[in-house]
Amino acid sequence: MASSETVPAGRKRGGVAPFLRSQMRNIAPFLTLIFLSGFFAAASPSFATLDNLGNILTQVSVTGIIAVGLTFVILCAEIDLSIASIANVTGIAVAYFTMQESYVNIANFPMPGWVAVLLALVLCALLGVVNALGLTLIGIPSFIMTLAMMQIAAGISALLVRGQIAYKVPDVIATLGSGSIGGIPWIVIVAALMLLAGHLVLTYTRFGRYVYMVGGNREAAEYSGLNVNLILGSVMVIAAVCSGIGGMLGVAHFGSAQQNEFDSYLLDSIAAVVVGGTSLFGGRGGIGNTIVGLFVLGVLNNGLDHVNIDSFLKILIRGLILLAALVINVYAQRLRARTAE
Amino acid sequence: MPQGRSPILELQGITKAFGGVEALRGVDFALCAGEIHGLVGENGAGKSTLMKVIAGVHTEFSGRFLLDGHETHFRSARDARAAGIAMVHQELSVVPDLSVAENVFLGQQPTNRFGLVQWRRMAREAGEQLKRLGIDVDPYSRLGDLPIGLQQLIEIARVLFSGARIIILDEPTSALSPPEVERLFATLRQLRDAGTGIVFISHFIEDILRVSDTVTVFRNGRKVAETAAASTTKGALIEAMIGRDGKALEHSYSDDLMLPPSNAGSVVLKVDQLTFARSLRAVSFEARAGEVLGIYGFMGCGQQELSRILFGKLKPDGGSLAVDGRRRTFGSTASARRAGIALVPESRRAMLFHQEPVYKNITISILDRISSVLLKPARERAIAMRQVEQLQIRPPVVGLDLGMLSGGNQQKVALAKWLTFPPRLLVLCEPTRGMDVGAKNDVINIVRDLRAKGLAIIVLSTEPETVLSLADRIVVMKRGAVVREFANEAVSKDRLLEAA
Repeated sequence: MASSETVPAGRKRGGVAPFLRSQMRNIAPFLTLIFLSGFFAAASPSFATLDNLGNILTQVSVTGIIAVGLTFVILCAEIDLSIASIANVTGIAVAYFTMQESYVNIANFPMPGWVAVLLALVLCALLGVVNALGLTLIGIPSFIMTLAMMQIAAGISALLVRGQIAYKVPDVIATLGSGSIGGIPWIVIVAALMLLAGHLVLTYTRFGRYVYMVGGNREAAEYSGLNVNLILGSVMVIAAVCSGIGGMLGVAHFGSAQQNEFDSYLLDSIAAVVVGGTSLFGGRGGIGNTIVGLFVLGVLNNGLDHVNIDSFLKILIRGLILLAALVINVYAQRLRARTAE
Repeated sequence: MPQGRSPILELQGITKAFGGVEALRGVDFALCAGEIHGLVGENGAGKSTLMKVIAGVHTEFSGRFLLDGHETHFRSARDARAAGIAMVHQELSVVPDLSVAENVFLGQQPTNRFGLVQWRRMAREAGEQLKRLGIDVDPYSRLGDLPIGLQQLIEIARVLFSGARIIILDEPTSALSPPEVERLFATLRQLRDAGTGIVFISHFIEDILRVSDTVTVFRNGRKVAETAAASTTKGALIEAMIGRDGKALEHSYSDDLMLPPSNAGSVVLKVDQLTFARSLRAVSFEARAGEVLGIYGFMGCGQQELSRILFGKLKPDGGSLAVDGRRRTFGSTASARRAGIALVPESRRAMLFHQEPVYKNITISILDRISSVLLKPARERAIAMRQVEQLQIRPPVVGLDLGMLSGGNQQKVALAKWLTFPPRLLVLCEPTRGMDVGAKNDVINIVRDLRAKGLAIIVLSTEPETVLSLADRIVVMKRGAVVREFANEAVSKDRLLEAA
């Protein structure tokens, strides 16, 4: 009878242990962050200063902008390996459409600044659309589709700059990328605003709900009559556009546009999202997790410089931290699934 | 068992329980060499459980197990195979990415003395064996590219030609066409004449009667009859399967039930000559407003594919669908939903989000009618609460994760998804499977309410009781085709089984 079907014993709401277990993916990254910060603060007097906090924020900004879109993709249980390449080609494109100094040997098309920005945005959106069509219409797994796109975007980059380096970007991009207002770098403000926008979209809009539901159980989303392909396609385009914005500001931030400039940002962005606790299986996590992940990565990179460690060992340590985060990620998923069964 | 021959396999007083529920109660069973032994019984009667005991899949049971007169106890399916017992399970177990020949020789590829696989010999022998079953297919082709029926035949071939002396076939013919069934039977007879003992399980009683020497009937975990196939009839077997002794727990539907004269409204769905791969052959029917149409048939009769086509998940190869007189082709489930069609599939997992709260599960399919851009959580919870109260979902807490509800309540949530803005046509697959009596009655009442509101409802089930308890009109499907329609006439479980 219906009356006999109540909640099984031991799984009542409000139990502390089950709650902690279900929140494991949010708690673990946060503890990691506190631990790392405490460690570096104790190890180096120059780490825990306001100046250095500013450094860390600036250092993670480009990764943060790219990671906003990637969070959407990973929440849908997909992956995008083309983000760094798309960032690179968009940064190069915006320079390509800007008048360069006479000593720069690139045959380019100078345009007014706003047209250059618009064209660059259209380019990255188009590449995102190609990803989306490959994934949904043709049915190529995102891992493979975006692997191809990684190469395609790198190819376009190479054709545009032909081994040269461009320096000039439109004024608005130069300001947002390397200027600051009231002592706060614009790039940090842009990253913060984009993270905030991503959070609001995921939490308070219908589209955001769909992203979580498609990631949580794609079959169920389809049997609920959702247009799963449209949602998957949208997140691929969002990821590409976020990457493009990150790429343009990054070029301004670094002061040059050249081939392979963003290569390390692929791994950093994926690491930030996953270390933060967003589930690789989709449906769990969010921008809040990504922010914690960004800080873990930022503190780690920055702190290792402060403790004067062998720079080659640094790479290994980063790899190990990433591995630990992946273990926690998978483990948290299993715990959560067991609680929900 | 034919007289005067000693059995190669003999089971005495086999009892097997799953968590306190007895699936087999003191069953005796014997199989002789050179015998085809047919098994019949309803779903859950214990046939498959007994076969899994024989094949070493279930190793914990009580009772005596004699092979060639010696007491034996298998510790695994591997033991059983080593003793010459092979089984074709109900669920297809082939490797789609391997070639036909590799599938035929799965686990026993011929090797030369260096341990290398003899590919050419394997392909040649696989081809010869398949020819005996009348299958002409390139042994090198990828199995997954072949139609399901052929895959099933190839799996059967693997077992038939494995050299086993006891062969068990569980529902081998559900996806086969009539000529394929004929060739399978011819091969079975050859093997029998060569001395193999064969157990043949099927819902198709004509098939059982045609090919078997002996027939055993199971009901509720007991053997209720054993008889020579030549001296019984389909009617007698169905009667033994269902039981006439009247000590049924609920309404047994063994007596005639009058389907009401049609007072249904307009035609909501018209299906015309629908064809899909080997699963559906020119299926046509109509569903009307204010009427529950039951579609009954055995597993593999094409019901599942039909429901998926109605909801835009699969695209038919031929034929047409019309909703409210307008011809439609659905490119996605989203377009089917917009056309006013709703589906509750047989598996709850396939349409519920276990890690999300109840209210998000209930509102997901109507979210576009609740909010345009921004979510309205308060409104969502109110809508969900109304459904939870109406359907008496327990506990009545819309913020609870769905996974914490019991199965019956989850099933109600699956229904609740479509009830706030009722669709034109509601398609329910196995709506009461695995439910207790109380929850079943709740679902029956919900469906009746919806019918009274003027929805067209289609109930698809492989259980006659489900269809009989809900439907106003019944269509029977068999091997992908509609074979009988019951309307405004007497119907009973016997008659449904007879037709299917």
